[in-house]
Amino acid sequence: MVDAAHDQVDFVPPAEVGEMELYHPKSWLTKYVFSQDAKVIAIQYSFTAIAIGMVALVLSWMMRLQLGFPETFSFIEAEDYYQFITMHGMIMVIYLLTALFLGGFGNYLIPLMVGARDMVFPYVNMLSYWIYLLAVLVLLASFFVPGGPTGAGWTLYPPQAILSGTPGSEGGILLMLISLALFIVGFTMGGLNYVVTVLQARTRGMTLMRLPLTIWGIFTATVLALLAFPALFVGAVMMTLDRMLGTSFFMPGIVQFGEQMQYGGGSPVLFQHLFWFFGHPEVYIVALPAFGIVSDLISVHARRHVFGYRLMVWAIVIIGALSFVVWAHHMYVSGMNPWFGFFFATTTLIIAVPTAIKVYNWVLTLWRGNIKLTLPMLFALGFIVTFVNGGITGLFLGNVVVDVPLSDTMFVVAHFHMVMGVAPILVVFGAIYHWYPKMTGRMLNVPMGQIHFWITFLGAYAIFLPLHYLGFLGVPRRYYEMTDTSFIPQSAETLNAFVTVIALIVGVAQLVFLFNIGWSMVKGKKSGPNPWRATSLEWQTATTPPGHGNFGPTLPVVYRWAYAFGLPGAKDDYVPQNMHPDQVAIGDTADLSGTAAQPAE
Amino acid sequence: MTQTTQTETGHSLAMPDGMQGFVKDWSSDQRAFKNVPWGKAMMWIFLLSDTFIFSCFLLSYMTVRMSTTVPWPNPSEVFALSFGGDPIPLILIAIMTFILISSSGTMAMAVMFGYKRDRRKTAILMLVTALFGASFVGMQAFEWTKLIVDEGVRPWSNPMGAAQFGSIFFMITGFHGFHVSVGVIFLFAIARKVWRGDYDNETPGFFTSRKGSYESVEVMGLYWHFVDLVWVFIFAFFYLW
Repeated sequence: MVDAAHDQVDFVPPAEVGEMELYHPKSWLTKYVFSQDAKVIAIQYSFTAIAIGMVALVLSWMMRLQLGFPETFSFIEAEDYYQFITMHGMIMVIYLLTALFLGGFGNYLIPLMVGARDMVFPYVNMLSYWIYLLAVLVLLASFFVPGGPTGAGWTLYPPQAILSGTPGSEGGILLMLISLALFIVGFTMGGLNYVVTVLQARTRGMTLMRLPLTIWGIFTATVLALLAFPALFVGAVMMTLDRMLGTSFFMPGIVQFGEQMQYGGGSPVLFQHLFWFFGHPEVYIVALPAFGIVSDLISVHARRHVFGYRLMVWAIVIIGALSFVVWAHHMYVSGMNPWFGFFFATTTLIIAVPTAIKVYNWVLTLWRGNIKLTLPMLFALGFIVTFVNGGITGLFLGNVVVDVPLSDTMFVVAHFHMVMGVAPILVVFGAIYHWYPKMTGRMLNVPMGQIHFWITFLGAYAIFLPLHYLGFLGVPRRYYEMTDTSFIPQSAETLNAFVTVIALIVGVAQLVFLFNIGWSMVKGKKSGPNPWRATSLEWQTATTPPGHGNFGPTLPVVYRWAYAFGLPGAKDDYVPQNMHPDQVAIGDTADLSGTAAQPAE
Repeated sequence: MTQTTQTETGHSLAMPDGMQGFVKDWSSDQRAFKNVPWGKAMMWIFLLSDTFIFSCFLLSYMTVRMSTTVPWPNPSEVFALSFGGDPIPLILIAIMTFILISSSGTMAMAVMFGYKRDRRKTAILMLVTALFGASFVGMQAFEWTKLIVDEGVRPWSNPMGAAQFGSIFFMITGFHGFHVSVGVIFLFAIARKVWRGDYDNETPGFFTSRKGSYESVEVMGLYWHFVDLVWVFIFAFFYLW
């Protein structure tokens, strides 16, 4: 018997979880539209998220056009610019990245990777998507109401967010707040499913410490989201009341146009606390799934086990826990007791430790690995580099004394775009190139993918490295234009024009990717069930794409972790998680799905 | 609702002591929480999330109460009712609290009879719980009416002092009352299912096609006790402070 696992156990325990009763769709409508199958819901989530993400991409072009070529485009007024900023930020962070990582990848991968037939409550899972779609539609509707969408900045700070004079204070801000509340309700329904499925519905032999890191990342991020979104929900409710009923939760006494307003006695900083108590974990809600997925991509495409699996798991958990005690580092310039600044700076810098552990472990996984520069690997490598760059500028901004001069400059823009914009998006792309064959049965086109990767990766640096420099020059963010500002040199304008041109090119390159997705669905090379020769359960399904109920007549039984690559004595360089130890030496992959031999006791 | 039929627990593994055992327990095979059905696990996690919502509301209330410069009205006077002359402080709130806590008792009994497969008693006790809940909401409506019509309290203003008194009161008790109302609706729905015998016959759900089970009663009970517990905090922070 040839086997090696980090947690060798000599028998597989008997089944504790009974067979799941699935909802069997009877019509086209319940099969493809109001589907209760997590895989269909995942694809619905992904398409909706990517569609609304394209809107946000176009908005970023508009902003770049204005910054690169001020006073050129008559259709971009100052009000429009602020609306573009706000909607771009909110859509990208919440409606694209959160929904895509948790609603998209979470729904698709969790049941498959833990060996379940579906999420534990498929009906609630379906409701989750439809409420998310409603939230997206409400958000889109704000483009068409009088006054347009809100222009309060994605942080929606009161009092300016709801005062007249801020674009969209008529209806846009209300629709934004309602949409956020709906998103949170919808997400909670899905999130409860993800957490309970991971905790309570795993297949035989799948201990938590054998879960692929992808699942650990998505699971921890979902827990964070379930605990962080409530703060945003409360903030949104209270601001809605301030705007609609004239309450003064966040509104101090204000004089507008020489007249004392009705508001008085509220605390604007309270909103900032609520917002960032959500907002900082949100960074990790986006980052942790990316951490998990990239670990798996690297391991599979370098044919080597993840270095320090246990430490990787604990790092994810510790980062998640720490992310709840750092929120006020977003508020250094809002005014706070210096001791609080000291506390939040310290906790912020401590997060660098588990994060650095993760980066070292990725690099050590690659070290002496058999690195194959496939498309997912390219994106994974791009992620590591970008994440390190973005993370290091985070150390600058985490320190109070360095943050104060850099705050509200382009440096901040560059930092968070690197660390939570470009880096997770690279993982999203890598993950789509990796799992697309499982979803469709066909490979994505490689030359198109190469073009997509290199333009996106190099373009992202051409865009955001200059922004760091502009930030050092003191170019403020959120300014509509900077003509005749004496401390900013002329060269800054040239640089801005350069960045704009690159941003347009990178944006167009994403169309190559979208085209590739459509083209490969029809013309792509047939992939077979396991094109990457990976070990985790989703690649061992009976059919590709996996059918209703995911696995064959019986659920797979797991004998080892997901990183059994290059075992000495094994026939292949990879051993699937559900291959019986007796079969490892002969490499008999014939009947892995479902009908595998009974476990040895 | 769930179908975690315990097929066989097998021989229990020897668990190491201390921290190692804690980790081993959590990361054990198939299920982290042994013998906890899915619905119950899901409700617990939802309640954790909901706890964060109510905590944020109450923390915001404390912040706003400290940030306003206008004096805060004295709750003992505002929430007093006169019976035959002398105002009795907090009398209505005391009755409401008593009713809600009694409803937790009937709910707990319903859960017990549910596990004894006593269809009749379970359904009746759930109905009693629902009626207690409905009367709580009714008294809350009475209290709101009194504040709005008689005292002139509005979400944006308040003749007795700080405007935030009215805003935060209507928001938090409204949000809690919404929770109670949703609970009452579900209590009626589940009581109906119990009465019809859906859980004895394992009738499949209309939308989910899951077999009905008495675990639904317990899951409902968890929610109801939570709503009750939240009220204790609202009572303490709002009426006694």
